[in-house]
Amino acid sequence: MGIKIGDKPYAERIQAGIDNSFMRQAVSSAQGRFRSGRLKAAEELGDWEDWRTLGEEIRHHTMENLDYYLHQLSEQVEKRGGTVFFAETAEEANAYVQEVAKKKQARKVVKSKSMVTEEIGLNEALQQSGCEVVESDLGEWILQLDEDPPSHIVTPALHKNKEQIRETFANKKGYTKTDQPKELAAFAREQLRKDFPEADLGVTGCNFAVAESGAVTLVTNEGNARMVTSLPDTHIAVMGMERVVPTWEELEVVVSLLTRAAVGQKLTSYITALTGTRLEDETDGPEDFHLVIVDNGRSKILGTEFQSALHCIRCAACINACPVYRHVGGHSYGSIYPGPIGAVLTPLLDGYEDHKDLPYASTLCAACTEACPVKIPLHEHLIRHREIIVEREHMGAKSEEWMMKGFAKWASTPAAYKLSTKMARTAMKPWTKDEQIEKGPGPLKGWTESRDFPAPAKKNFWEWYKQREKRRGEA
Amino acid sequence: MKVSLFITCLCDTFTPDVGKDTVQLLERFGCQVDFPENQTCCGQPAFNSGYKQESIKAMKQMITAFEASDYVVGPSGSCVQMIKEYPHVLKDELEWSERARAVADKTYELTQFLVEVLQIEDVKSTFQGTATYHPSCHMTRLLGVKDAPRILLENVEGLNLIELPMKEDCCGFGGTFAVKNAAVSGQMVEEKAQHIDETGAEYLIGGDMGCLMNMGGCMRRNKQDVQVLHIAQVLNSQ
Repeated sequence: MGIKIGDKPYAERIQAGIDNSFMRQAVSSAQGRFRSGRLKAAEELGDWEDWRTLGEEIRHHTMENLDYYLHQLSEQVEKRGGTVFFAETAEEANAYVQEVAKKKQARKVVKSKSMVTEEIGLNEALQQSGCEVVESDLGEWILQLDEDPPSHIVTPALHKNKEQIRETFANKKGYTKTDQPKELAAFAREQLRKDFPEADLGVTGCNFAVAESGAVTLVTNEGNARMVTSLPDTHIAVMGMERVVPTWEELEVVVSLLTRAAVGQKLTSYITALTGTRLEDETDGPEDFHLVIVDNGRSKILGTEFQSALHCIRCAACINACPVYRHVGGHSYGSIYPGPIGAVLTPLLDGYEDHKDLPYASTLCAACTEACPVKIPLHEHLIRHREIIVEREHMGAKSEEWMMKGFAKWASTPAAYKLSTKMARTAMKPWTKDEQIEKGPGPLKGWTESRDFPAPAKKNFWEWYKQREKRRGEA
Repeated sequence: MKVSLFITCLCDTFTPDVGKDTVQLLERFGCQVDFPENQTCCGQPAFNSGYKQESIKAMKQMITAFEASDYVVGPSGSCVQMIKEYPHVLKDELEWSERARAVADKTYELTQFLVEVLQIEDVKSTFQGTATYHPSCHMTRLLGVKDAPRILLENVEGLNLIELPMKEDCCGFGGTFAVKNAAVSGQMVEEKAQHIDETGAEYLIGGDMGCLMNMGGCMRRNKQDVQVLHIAQVLNSQ
């Protein structure tokens, strides 16, 4: 699939989101639960701000020394019987996995927990190689059956409600029972349990890799990742190159931040750390383990003003806090990474051409920045993106450019500024009725489609103040 | 105490009454108020849209206008926050950055100035009615002014303050967002208007004219019977 989803233009995607009342209802209710969970979890800790500072320091330190920790990680993985592959591009990563699948003569691949494989389009690559790919996490499985892209980075099927999921199961898998979540989950479990023993290859993502020990850590609530990593003989973990922590000590901090910020849990049901291949006296685990470390544009972010975007631990707290996301849903962003972090990250990884509208899909209210457990200044990154889009890429609308040039002149010439505020009422007169503008011209058109706009005052503040001074002088 | 007024462009043009209340409120507490004539707009519309070079022209104008002041006080959290950003935006021009720092350090949002500088928690005003307060995003999250408006409002005699559900959610204004993403902005403000409606309040109080114009415009279109007031208007009410 790749990072980009769909070919519809931004405005159409946004409108489709707004018009989809089912999705909006589902998103709004999920957002409400996640938000209160996060706030409660933060409150429980008592010193949440100290935790955030620590999280930021850990991520900053790791990014500043990323080459060192990746080197250490790869040495440790190899020492424990694994193979490490550094993929510069999505194509290189996919080709490597395809090669392993070919060597293993793999027919069936089970997967768990991975956004980065969505980003590089691994499923399609494996299918092209003749493999059947089964997503084993419930949300991902639903989307796979529906041929729908994810709309959230922690709960990918957030945009669907239980009625829609029942329908998908009925249409694609012959499900006949109710839309009770318990029954739906039981059906999914029963179906998926057949796939695990048949799989030749297990593919997972990696929440964090621990450099000092070469362990790959998976943070899950469903436990499927344990099946994927222990039943097939071969396990391939695919990770973005930034998903590394120095030691177990830092892992503890970032995992605590992740689970609390994501869904308000102290810890998730399963936290799995996998270190190397199965040893002689061990009863499970893969015989063959590969770690694919994906760059795909990440190293270009290092050393730039956007470096802190790589601190992201994919908790989605920013997405859950974002009021824009609530009203348009994840698919509107046209990227597998939606919401504020998606609007920051997607143009960095995939360029501005297809994603130049994303940095504007924010009111800059900074709810995202406030929610981020590792203190990424998301709203500041969005402003910086906007600067690059207009000043370096020259992608701003010509009309806006002229308007802003006019603004600069206006705001730096007090006489012009004063004259305009004085004349504003007269200028707006043709559109004014009862001190309001109900159908405005130019830039006001969009605003007045849903809101009234006030008419400029009869006498502006400046005039009032002047007259007052004069009266005082006379008195 | 000498205080220079920073009357934002929206306030100057659309709601001069808010400016008048600001003046009277400050004078009630012994401030000598002046209005530097060379002030214009803080530059936020251009800055937030990515037009940094254009916004810098506005910023330099504002720095020049307020350099001679002892204190600068404005009735808008968002515009004051923009001034606080000046030194950072101008970091590549050392001299301007220093001048910006000096202005930023003495600039305050109105309620922040009353509570933090003048140390006043009760402005001795009277206002009869039930109201709900919208804490605007830039004022609370970026400028960090959360308590001051609440403390002052709680001490207003006769005012019955009702909590606004999901109060910290953005109203959808976002400056140029309301124009560029008008459809999403319209949905956001609609949700906010519903929450205001749920409180049953007669008045909506806020500290930023942009947000108040947005919410007020929506409620007027909806024919909602809620009157919009800037906090200066309530605090100056006798």
